[in-house]
Amino acid sequence: MKLVLSEEEQFLKDTAKSFAEERSPISHFRSLRDNNDPVLWDKDIWSEMVNLGWPGILIPEEYGGSNFGVTGIGVILQECAKTLTPSPLFATGVLGAYGLTQHGTDEQKKNYLPKIVSGKITTALAIDESSHHNPSETLMSAKKEGSNFILTGKKIFVIDGDSADLLIVLARTSGDKGDNAGLTLFLVDSKSPGLEKIKLDMADSRNYANIIFNDVKVDESNILGDLETGGETVDDILDIGRIAISSEMLGNAESAFETTLDYLKQRKQFGVLIGSFQALQHRAAEMFCELELTKSSVMAAMRAADENSNELQRMSSLAKTVAGETLHLVSNEAIQMHGGIGVTDEYDIGFFLKRARVAEQIFGSSKFHTERYANLSGF
Amino acid sequence: MSNLEKFREETKSWLDENCPASMRNGADPSIPVDEVWGGRNAEYKNPESKLWLERMGEKGWTMPTVAKEYGGGGLSKDEVKILNEEMFFIGAKQPLLSFGIWMLAPVLLEYGTEEQKKQHIPKIIKGQIRWCQGYSEPGSGSDLASLATKAEDIGEKYLVNGQKVWTSYADKADWIFALVRTGPKEPKHDGISFLLIDMETKGVSTKPITLISGKSPFCETFFDNVEVPKQNLIGELNAGWTIAKKLLQHERAFISNFGLAAGMGSKRDVISIAKKHFGEENGKIKNGFYRSEISSHKIKEHAFGLTLKRAGDEGGKASATASMFKLYGTEHNKKRHELMVAASGINGVAWDGDEFDDDDKNLTKAWLRTKGNSLEGGTSEVQLNVISKRVLGLPSQ
Repeated sequence: MKLVLSEEEQFLKDTAKSFAEERSPISHFRSLRDNNDPVLWDKDIWSEMVNLGWPGILIPEEYGGSNFGVTGIGVILQECAKTLTPSPLFATGVLGAYGLTQHGTDEQKKNYLPKIVSGKITTALAIDESSHHNPSETLMSAKKEGSNFILTGKKIFVIDGDSADLLIVLARTSGDKGDNAGLTLFLVDSKSPGLEKIKLDMADSRNYANIIFNDVKVDESNILGDLETGGETVDDILDIGRIAISSEMLGNAESAFETTLDYLKQRKQFGVLIGSFQALQHRAAEMFCELELTKSSVMAAMRAADENSNELQRMSSLAKTVAGETLHLVSNEAIQMHGGIGVTDEYDIGFFLKRARVAEQIFGSSKFHTERYANLSGF
Repeated sequence: MSNLEKFREETKSWLDENCPASMRNGADPSIPVDEVWGGRNAEYKNPESKLWLERMGEKGWTMPTVAKEYGGGGLSKDEVKILNEEMFFIGAKQPLLSFGIWMLAPVLLEYGTEEQKKQHIPKIIKGQIRWCQGYSEPGSGSDLASLATKAEDIGEKYLVNGQKVWTSYADKADWIFALVRTGPKEPKHDGISFLLIDMETKGVSTKPITLISGKSPFCETFFDNVEVPKQNLIGELNAGWTIAKKLLQHERAFISNFGLAAGMGSKRDVISIAKKHFGEENGKIKNGFYRSEISSHKIKEHAFGLTLKRAGDEGGKASATASMFKLYGTEHNKKRHELMVAASGINGVAWDGDEFDDDDKNLTKAWLRTKGNSLEGGTSEVQLNVISKRVLGLPSQ
């Protein structure tokens, strides 16, 4: 496991960097927010990403993808996160693409993967039902009726839930709240009768929805993975998702830190640059070190995913914890070191704080993953 | 057969004949193990330790890349690699621990005169002279360049007066390499010289320092009208600071290699200590507060280990991040010991007597000793300064 990017991966990262800087600088995100854009991501930007082949990075070549691996999609998300580029890439290019590739039937793969690659559909993963991520607490029921399952319940905080065409939904086919057994994943068309989407307005101004399932009928051929073992299947998809979002959070933190460092080098008070104050220098140096640790953790987790390591779960929790704590620190310090302008809406740095706190909650907070890391480490 | 293959064969058979049985894999565990530092007054519990040092020293293989004219091995990098591999294969012990090798010899080679090199390097390589380092002073810690030990020109000699502190093993060393003030009127960095002093000279005395953790190798070293021949000056007069900094680089490289290896090989483990004192339930430490704190710490250490690995994979280009490794290596070590002490409860602060296990008493001492980790070799605050200025490019005041 080499913790350096290959030439191809570096090339992909560079491409993503120029793309984000040229096509979707932070002003792009700001205008989506200011214009109350109904989708909160831009269709043109997304189709350019599709043309670059990004949604197909985790998809095998036979379905039109490039099978380039988690590290590949990870570095793209990292670079796009530096300019807070909103897009369906995470929910579709990671969660949907990986979930279907790894756990779909041949039929499901043939049906959906080429559509993901060509940008015809976007996807979303509907897991959470309460304010804290915890898949085993799933209550939503899926009752068998002939060759159908009837889904009843409510999913909350579904990323891209308001815009996605295809939903991957975790429901309970047996057992009780708290059991990891008895869960099953279903592929559900977002236009199914009885399905109601309620768009959410979150601090980071991205696309989320709560989704109510009023006896939504799903054919049994739409089970993703196996009946009753959805807990394990979804954990596998989530682990890849956690690593990918950690890479995105690393990009957020790097960018917020760079901006802050630049500010320390130009803002003067008491007749000197504020970056000459040791009280700020040491805090900046600590952030630098935390970022270095985060880079290594995220890189090692991406490698673990690509190498199918038996350490994948632990590495995923490591990455999400470290990325979460680092982004938390950096986003707070960034505001404080910017002083008054840091808390104005006019200045971009506040966007990073808002994005940070939402991303920290996605698929388990640092606390959730610190606990999981201990469980997986045998203490 | 290529030259390197030939070298490997020769090395293998030389080691086979010359590396004593107790100095390699399969050594009889009842034979006492020496920590070999060499020097005029070296004592050996195992005569084979001495024999092994003499044989390796004769070959110049304690500093294999140094030219033969200075007593070194005169080997190429490829040959050194082969030597290390062959020593590794038979589990050969390092014949000599030496500040001379780690710190002094590299700067002597760079800054010494031909005569100085010929005088000192062969004795370092053979382990005949044991060196110590005279840098810090009671009034000059982090601000090393403010040092006040003075060396006055009295004609043929310098007259040295002052005090050094934290001189490791000064009470056992034969010579000291010291920073002295020769230009009292110059700006502070421009009035320092690098001087070699024989510890047997009249007026040199040492006193061991007892730490909060107990006995230690550290000493205070006093210079009271010590006369030092002028040929013992290394480099130009008042140009010692450059040499001092170069030597510090060698020192930090060796501290981080050494310190990290020590930390990773540590037998004490916070998880087993916590399980012992709190008990466990389904394999989990039966105290949620400690468990979560331990997990947070383990995650940080894991991330740090991966960062060391990444630096290696990147080809060690990250010399600017050496300060980060020093900072985190020592801070994590302190934190680990704090957690072990806390998880041990009363036993974690045991000092002496039969009511406590040796493990407990040793942990208390080890914990106290870690407090020095973030001071020696540049404090954590100094490392943060280095990162701010050299890595982040933040302005000076």
